[in-house]
Amino acid sequence: MNGRLGKWVGDHIVLLVGLLVLLYMFMPIFIVVLMSFNDPASKNSYSFDGFTWHNWLNPCEPIGMCDAVTLSIRIGFLATIGATALGTLMAFALVRHRFKGRSVANIFTFLPMASPEIVMGSSLLALFVSAGFAGTLGFWTILIAHIMFCLSFVVVTVKARLAGLDPRLEQAAMDLYANEWQTFWRVTFPLVFPGILAAALLSFSLSFDDFIITNLNSGQEVTFPMYVWGAAQRGIPPQINVIGSVMFFLALFLVISSEVFQRRRARVTA
Amino acid sequence: MADSDAEDLVLTGVTKKFGTFKAVDDLDLTVPQGSFFALLGPSGCGKTTTLRMVAGLEELTAGAITLGPQDISYLKPYKRPVNTVFQSYALFPHMTIFENVAFGLRRQGKKDVKKQVEDMLELVELAQYGARKPTQLSGGQQQRVALARALINRPQVLLLDEPLGALDLKLRRAMQIELKRIQTEVGITFVHVTHDQEEAMTMADTVAVMNAGLIEQMGEPKELYEHPRTTFVANFLGQSNLIKAKVNGTDGDQIRAEIEGSTLRVPRDRAADDAAVRSGSVWVGIRPEKVFLAAGGTETSDGSNVLRRGRVTDVSFIGVSTQYLVRMPWGQELMVFEQNTGAREDFRVGDEVDLHWLPDHTFLLDADQDATAGVEREDLG
Repeated sequence: MNGRLGKWVGDHIVLLVGLLVLLYMFMPIFIVVLMSFNDPASKNSYSFDGFTWHNWLNPCEPIGMCDAVTLSIRIGFLATIGATALGTLMAFALVRHRFKGRSVANIFTFLPMASPEIVMGSSLLALFVSAGFAGTLGFWTILIAHIMFCLSFVVVTVKARLAGLDPRLEQAAMDLYANEWQTFWRVTFPLVFPGILAAALLSFSLSFDDFIITNLNSGQEVTFPMYVWGAAQRGIPPQINVIGSVMFFLALFLVISSEVFQRRRARVTA
Repeated sequence: MADSDAEDLVLTGVTKKFGTFKAVDDLDLTVPQGSFFALLGPSGCGKTTTLRMVAGLEELTAGAITLGPQDISYLKPYKRPVNTVFQSYALFPHMTIFENVAFGLRRQGKKDVKKQVEDMLELVELAQYGARKPTQLSGGQQQRVALARALINRPQVLLLDEPLGALDLKLRRAMQIELKRIQTEVGITFVHVTHDQEEAMTMADTVAVMNAGLIEQMGEPKELYEHPRTTFVANFLGQSNLIKAKVNGTDGDQIRAEIEGSTLRVPRDRAADDAAVRSGSVWVGIRPEKVFLAAGGTETSDGSNVLRRGRVTDVSFIGVSTQYLVRMPWGQELMVFEQNTGAREDFRVGDEVDLHWLPDHTFLLDADQDATAGVEREDLG
């Protein structure tokens, strides 16, 4: 009996450990979704006191929360566009062009990723203040800060994709009567696009949930992470979990639909 | 030939330097219109660089490339009536086979491409594969798509950069015949770069043997093989026995060369270099399959070149022929290939043999050249 149990455990140990790790990873998300339906007994309650649709039907009830979400989304979009455009150009320059200081530039683009956020945040604040922006900290300083810390990630992501792109594909396009412009849009861009898209999604999520740098450079503005931080001092309104759940399901939907799209395309051409 | 020089591809003094390294050195070359031309050489000899300069993918350091009356030396690649079949095929992975083949036509602003693309896919026997992606095809199929994608534009010159290198032997043989058929059919000038001497000789009308950025010799495959003018060509195209000898006079049309007391005769027109002949020191060359083996001391017909008192040191039976290594009295080992017709006597290791061959099969090279130039190393197979 003991032997048979031992064998069963032996056969399934990897599966068991795997499931446990998955559970560990997803537990916080289950809690967020669950708590979005919570009807808390008091302001400071962290337990599930009762089920309600109220939070989903009135997501903007907590004062200032939806303003904070809107601000975070606006900054997220603009930072994504700025960082993706700049970072993609940087990645092309670093991979495709041989220039003096190229390897140094490569190392420097890594530095912001490696330096602690609190250091970057406080030095940015010092920079803004000494440059005379002390009274005008807000939307634009947040945006500048976000583009800056997203850039490195974009460069690294796009660079990886570009490095795997055979330069002979572009040469073949040129050989087949495509000029530089057509070569870029017909061959280079479509092939690098998955990397650019990944970089953009990464930028958005980095920007959307940044707290430390934002908190130091935001002046009077309140982004969603800052709102959550503030609310946590007084008791978190359950609507925060609604926003969290929506973000999660949106991400899940994007991942699944891109997977389905790719599989269908593969099947059509097979 | 009278009007064909109108569209010949002509390279004049073409030089390409990478830093201080001369990849191509003052190259002059004329490729007649409509010919199947092979640039043959070991890797690193500058043949691919030459091809890429013709395609416009590499800039000349010096010299000029003209196509008929047009100087294309510094034209952008997309402005040249030249297309390339890349070694790695370089098919666009995000496009279907149809779109890959249609790419060149669409870029030239042609609208109704369907019929042409279908005809072209028909030609390379891939008619039903139009909707697939490149990764869903085998290597041989991808190779044919690359060919179709280039050919459909009806370029004046088609450049092929080791296009069969990635295929297995059997498929390579089939594609060689296929390429030759297509070239004959469409009549476009093909410039084919390869390091495979058999491939070059099978397909090309003219072969240029390239070494260290220079053309060693150029001509029809048979001419190159039977009448090499440098030790490099003698060794790189097939195999050769090169025997050091002293010229000691002439007999009418024949040059007499002496080696260890034996006199070998070579027709004067088979001496690569008159200066070498006058200087007295030469390599006497003979292809291994041209040599006959006879038991030591056998009488031989008058006029044959004979080298006596060889000793067989190695025998390899490889089916169609038997390959012997024979050590000569002066220590050199010579190769002899005997066809297994059943009419030839077999020899064993240790047997004493005489080597004889016709003077007409002998060639003379400059003794200053390295006798091992162009010998293929084992690992290159």
